[in-house]
Amino acid sequence: MVYLTRLEHFNAAHKLYNPAWTPEKNDEVFGPCANENWHGHNYELFVTIKGQPDPDTGFIYDVKQLSVLIREKVIEKVDHRNLNLDVEFMQGKICSTENLAVGIWNELKQNLPLGIQLHCIKLYETPRIYVEYFGEQNA
Amino acid sequence: MSKKVSVFRKEHFNAAHRLFNPGWDDVTNEKVFGKCALPHYHGHNYEMEVKVTGKPDKKTGYVIDLKELGDLVKREIHSRFDHKNLNLDTKEFKNLNPTAENIVVVIYKLLRPHIDKKMGLQIRLYETPRNFVEYPVN
Repeated sequence: MVYLTRLEHFNAAHKLYNPAWTPEKNDEVFGPCANENWHGHNYELFVTIKGQPDPDTGFIYDVKQLSVLIREKVIEKVDHRNLNLDVEFMQGKICSTENLAVGIWNELKQNLPLGIQLHCIKLYETPRIYVEYFGEQNA
Repeated sequence: MSKKVSVFRKEHFNAAHRLFNPGWDDVTNEKVFGKCALPHYHGHNYEMEVKVTGKPDKKTGYVIDLKELGDLVKREIHSRFDHKNLNLDTKEFKNLNPTAENIVVVIYKLLRPHIDKKMGLQIRLYETPRNFVEYPVN
């Protein structure tokens, strides 16, 4: 098994806010991340797929095609957007890095060609904070 | 030691903004600023490099105490801009388009009065890992 990773990036605004809580409770839990007028990040997205290299091409999957897919299915929807207001796949969810990584996994998983296995979404929110999601192992 | 030396302190803040000229209509704003003009804002991890140039002090060997410089940047810059919407939450950009160019000049003006006049000051500001600006120009 070989793992292939493509790195893409996007910039977005968001806030961490649970609408079921009072503003005071949100402030207590999320601190400055709950600022009502948003803040933002440069996100770096690492998408890793896995498989056996094709004997004819030596590729698991054409990495250019992978880049086009990530741009069409994810970057176009989130880049220079407000994650809370503008992104359909985050509606009704708290826009944490954890939930965003799972949302990106779901967007890509359903659009990858048959036989291409998604292995990991690694998402940097800042140069010092990132999350990894490997899908649901038993799903 | 009488040679001048530059010392650097890196700090960072995260903020939302949009690029928008209120004197223009939406079509012109979108034409000039593209996605950066989208109405619901977007955001960045801003990274600052604050450069102070001068002769090291004879007693300490320091150009400037970097811990004190770090505390100054946190007090004057981080506390104003971190986790804020530059357009909506800051008085500095109420009437000034928050481009990287304008932000770096604002940061310089906020810091300059707090640093010894004998010392040179220059700010480099990264808006993304690939886009950055410097002020003043040598």
